[in-house]
Amino acid sequence: MATVVMPQLGESVTEGTVIRWYKRPGDRVELDEPLCEIETEKVNVELPSPYAGTMGEIFVSEGETVPVGRPLCEIVEAEVAAAPGGPPRSRARAPSPAAERALTGTRADAKASSGTEGRRFYSPAVLRLAALHGVDLDEVPGTGIGGRVTRKDVEAFLARRESAPAAAEAPSAPGARETVAREAEYEVVPLTPTRRTIGDRLSRAVREIPQAWTMVEADVTELVRLREQTAARLGRRLTLLPFFARAVCRALREHPNLNARFEEGELRRYRDVNLGIAVAAPSGLVVPVLRRAQELSLEGLARALDELVERARAGKLRLGEVEGGTITVNNTGAFGSVASRPILNPPQVAIVTLERVVRRPVAVGDDAIAIRAMVNLCLTFDHRAVDGHEAGAFLATLRSLLEAPTAA
Amino acid sequence: MPELTVIEAVRQALDDALAADQRVFVLGEDVEAGGVFRATEGLAAKYPGRVIDTPLAESSIIGIAIGAAHYGMRPVAEIQFADFIHAGFDQLCSEASRWCYRTKGDAWLPMVVRTPWGGGVHGGQHHSQSIEAYYAHMPGLKVVAPSFPADYYTLLRAAIDDPNPVLFLEHKRTYRLIRQEVTGSNGEQRIGRSRIVRDGADLTMYAYGLMLHECLAAADELAGEGIEATVVDLLTLAPLDRETVLEAARRTGKVLIVHEDTLTGGFGAELAALIAEHAFEYLDAPIRRLCGPDIPPIPYHPNLEAFYMPDRTKIAAAARELARY
Repeated sequence: MATVVMPQLGESVTEGTVIRWYKRPGDRVELDEPLCEIETEKVNVELPSPYAGTMGEIFVSEGETVPVGRPLCEIVEAEVAAAPGGPPRSRARAPSPAAERALTGTRADAKASSGTEGRRFYSPAVLRLAALHGVDLDEVPGTGIGGRVTRKDVEAFLARRESAPAAAEAPSAPGARETVAREAEYEVVPLTPTRRTIGDRLSRAVREIPQAWTMVEADVTELVRLREQTAARLGRRLTLLPFFARAVCRALREHPNLNARFEEGELRRYRDVNLGIAVAAPSGLVVPVLRRAQELSLEGLARALDELVERARAGKLRLGEVEGGTITVNNTGAFGSVASRPILNPPQVAIVTLERVVRRPVAVGDDAIAIRAMVNLCLTFDHRAVDGHEAGAFLATLRSLLEAPTAA
Repeated sequence: MPELTVIEAVRQALDDALAADQRVFVLGEDVEAGGVFRATEGLAAKYPGRVIDTPLAESSIIGIAIGAAHYGMRPVAEIQFADFIHAGFDQLCSEASRWCYRTKGDAWLPMVVRTPWGGGVHGGQHHSQSIEAYYAHMPGLKVVAPSFPADYYTLLRAAIDDPNPVLFLEHKRTYRLIRQEVTGSNGEQRIGRSRIVRDGADLTMYAYGLMLHECLAAADELAGEGIEATVVDLLTLAPLDRETVLEAARRTGKVLIVHEDTLTGGFGAELAALIAEHAFEYLDAPIRRLCGPDIPPIPYHPNLEAFYMPDRTKIAAAARELARY
């Protein structure tokens, strides 16, 4: 008999929630067959069975969140399939290589996520204060190196917590009744791990990074026409996003400083464009990463993007696919926005949006007005890494690429 | 009493002790002429026969002091530079420190060994060393290392009155650098006490001698940046004032230990271990030691000596890092 435990899904992940079990006690289980679906702060994964055998007892019910290493279920008569020779029992506890890969992603991915490592370490002073005053450290914003929660952070949190009820009571006794009355008027929405992580990351990005914003306007009349032609030629649905992604990759070739990450105290300029794509999934925002996007043709980009977005919406991304981005693009025009000011996705130093294409009258030539397809391109950048001049030059290149598009 | 420098406070304490107690006498190399730092200037004339020159033999100087103390005298021996005290190591550590133990407390050994220590005076390898760690390691010896003139005065008086052997360390760079009004009652009155000389919530610095003053200067600079440091003047290294040391560490949870002695096995290692052992739950950052590098002597060349010595700039940089942690 072998026990399957909550796996370590990336270096910074400490717990996971079992969403649903695919197997019931008594079911036959093959090696690498999905046992259950697990939701973590970063991504949803299917847990491939490290063993073949028969499903035994299940220890964690659906919806329950448990820390890494906690037993999830037992597999009876566990054996590693196709294990040539040797006693199967002794091999039973070694998870299959496939399971390992699926669960942990590559080494490089794990390293790239080390920006969130600080949250895991609490100093003795912090733990002592938290235990003494009953503080949930997840709620305390950290201001130390790498977002570490310091003793002073806990003390400030306690001071706020103490002054908050005092302020509420200040208007005299009826205040308390009002609070109770109001509570009946709202519903508490429990935060999913994904939602909480999004919140933490965005708050930290805003708090810690000097973000600057700029926007240019592009005439994409030609591009809109080209898209229709290309869609007809390829016989498939085609949005502007692959065109935009291709233009971003090409513009980065001329302005490589925007294809960078601030990590481990240094600014790292990447050779490959690992394009983060913001996707609105049912469970919240996810940003799958299209690796080495600069190597793909327009058609290749279109296919890869479709596939990635589809799996993102279905919650089928693997951990390695949401890490390691070097720049993020966001097709905000898809929901009708004409200008937006995105927040950086640290440690990346730039995020660029494609807004909604609007047909409107513009001045053309010296003295004419024409109806043109216009679109805004918005860029938020980390001012520590890039100056406005360079950011503007990048947008200008991007605009000219979009205004004079090529079919290939 | 008026404002005194460190060397004047030392001289005043010797003068007053000689006047107060007929059993007190001073011995050492060139002390009749006033000594190389002028600590005993004028005392030979004022107290004839009680300020005695010795040969250049540190082992003998300390041995004579031990013998005299056995016979009920209160000798105050001067070792011209702390670098040379090791010639008398056996006398101090194998004899003086154990006398009380060997006699089951029947006999005490009221003697003081004064010696100038520390770098920053371009003294090169034989006139710059820190020796405190060797002797603070030896139970039965008291080791005192003040920083301010008032403490030099009162603690030297206390050392001379103490029934145990006391090694009294005088930082030579501060001899004429630090001034303070000395009233005779404004210094620390007891051996074995440390003092918090500055209060701040962000980190705690520990130092003694010249480094204490460098810590205070760094703390002033840091205050301008919004970083507030608690600074502990250790005053006595053995026996160590554990309560004050631990209380200061618990206040901030971030500890910076500074000494010019080399890092490995330096006195800071004892402080770090003590704090880790007894204030662990209060620590909010790894304990940091800023010390001389692990090379045999302090170099002679001014550039190299500056590289070797911790100073206010290096202390402030280390403190900033710690405060940010």
